[in-house]
Amino acid sequence: MAWWRRKKEALDKDSTQAKVSIPKGLWSKCESCGEITYTDELIQNLRVCPVCGHHGTMPTAERIAATLDAGTWQEHDTELRSGDPLGFFDSQHYKDRIEKAVRSSGATEAFRSGVGDIDGVPVSIGFFAFEFMGGSMGSVVGEKVTRVFERALELSRPAVVLSASGGARMQEGVLSLMQMAKTSAARARLRERGLPYISVVLHPTTGGVAASFATLGDIIFAEPKALVGFAGPRVIQQTIGQELPKGFQRAEFLLEHGIIDRIASRHELKEQIATLLRMMTGLPAKAPPPEAAEAEAASAEASPAP
Amino acid sequence: MTSKVLEFERPIVELEGKIRELKLLSSGSQEMAEEIERLEEKARQLQRERFAALTPWEQVQLAKHPDRPYTLDYLAEIATEFLELRGDRAYADDPAIVAGMCRIGGRPVLTLGHQKGRNTKENLFRNFGMARPEGYRKAQRMFRMAEQFHLPLLAFIDTAGAYPGIGAEERGQSEAIATCLEVLSTLRVPTISVVIGEGGSGGALAIGLTDRILMLEHAVYSVISPRGCASILWKDPEAEQAAATQLKLTAHDVHRLGICDEVVPEAPGGAHRGLASTAANLREALQRHLGELDGLLARGTDALLAARYDKFRRIGHVERVAGA
Ligand SMILES: [Zn+2]
Repeated sequence: MAWWRRKKEALDKDSTQAKVSIPKGLWSKCESCGEITYTDELIQNLRVCPVCGHHGTMPTAERIAATLDAGTWQEHDTELRSGDPLGFFDSQHYKDRIEKAVRSSGATEAFRSGVGDIDGVPVSIGFFAFEFMGGSMGSVVGEKVTRVFERALELSRPAVVLSASGGARMQEGVLSLMQMAKTSAARARLRERGLPYISVVLHPTTGGVAASFATLGDIIFAEPKALVGFAGPRVIQQTIGQELPKGFQRAEFLLEHGIIDRIASRHELKEQIATLLRMMTGLPAKAPPPEAAEAEAASAEASPAP
Repeated sequence: MTSKVLEFERPIVELEGKIRELKLLSSGSQEMAEEIERLEEKARQLQRERFAALTPWEQVQLAKHPDRPYTLDYLAEIATEFLELRGDRAYADDPAIVAGMCRIGGRPVLTLGHQKGRNTKENLFRNFGMARPEGYRKAQRMFRMAEQFHLPLLAFIDTAGAYPGIGAEERGQSEAIATCLEVLSTLRVPTISVVIGEGGSGGALAIGLTDRILMLEHAVYSVISPRGCASILWKDPEAEQAAATQLKLTAHDVHRLGICDEVVPEAPGGAHRGLASTAANLREALQRHLGELDGLLARGTDALLAARYDKFRRIGHVERVAGA
């Protein structure tokens, strides 16, 4: 029996009491199956529920660490900040909303761009930070995504973007809309140069991000059960006035309808991206790990020469 | 004569009605003729003043006025030999986007645009001008054909947005729009889009990544409908007037933001009260911009593509902090 089972049973003895006494942050409850797991262990397991395999929300810093080889991440474009080009005010000023997002997310914007290695393959890469205003794309996010593609061109490397976004940022109006055009045009230059671009769509990716570079990958990966679509389910339901089919717009649905190439779990994603990129860029296959290499050498010695 | 009247149009339309009545009753006396002339001038002044002070919300209402001319109405005015071409060669023909070849000033052009319906039956057929993936894939086919035959591309934008439906998602609405953007960004012929009514979000932009972006005076271009924005940010769809103001979606706003290249004047009172003169203004602007793009193209296709890339590369507002 795995450790988390034991812990849960211990807690179940007096579950109501146990729930109350769970110190916040130390334990995490799976939003899919309700399993309670040590947060530290959950983080080590890439926030994948050890019981049901549910891929929980992953903070961007953890995502970066899980995707890139240790010590290879170099962040760029950190000097870019959003202004308030429209002077947008709803219940609060856009500027204040941004400040709040900065404080609560610890990020400076909804996208982080830079370079790093994926399983030894150097890439130009960007990560959406969904925790920052729902990963919405305004001018700064559009600029950073564009720079991921332009940097890939400059360095002659593949580009990789991991998207999780509610779409274009309303507070920058039509300027946000036009970021779809800017980023897609930058992506096109990569295709013309024959450099690979791998798009990973995470939960959830909708609107202007889905309808631009996120669906323009040479290869498109999705995480299990990730919701990806042009319109959000609520909008569709309101428009058509009927219940949506089960699993609608989820990764498995997208795979079935030919919209994505692969569903990869968090544990497989990094290796699969690197394997494909090596083939796409003419790199040799990854050297087998030392033990395997030794075993191979030993068996070669043992077998008689032909 | 208009069949539907917006609230702010009413005083003008009523006055015009009065003038018509007077004309019918008129015995031809000098006195009556002078009175009619005076009232006509008053109506014109009323219209000028009211239209100079339109709120963004009123602009939105004008942009989707049920009598507003649509793509095919403009083509009938400014083009000759228009022949519609249909189908995405894969799944269906989407009547929410019309496409075809025509001549403008004798010059062959590949044209396409969103097409709304004028009545319920037409709107069911046209899906209210809200395209599905097959519409965007038909558009891609047209983009590539324009390139193949060296035809400039002219796109009319007029949609509330791409259609949000189950089938649309199943057939890859996102990818269909995204691919439109990518194909347009490297299309090796001059391209012009003109927003004639509603420029609604990604479904509008999909045919609008062009060398020139023109907007009719009372057209709007927005990342989201004011109503959609209001229900998310104000938590109240009825706050759509406030949202319309905040979104800066009028033609003049979009021009100030560096996106729209030229605002094309409409007939006094709006395009629906003067199709011929609005279309004439549009034809003049289109031919002028095509001429400029021809000049750019004469310096090589790469010059055209570089200018297009730069145009969109510059759009946005980004601030920089020191020492980050
Ligand atoms: Zn679970």
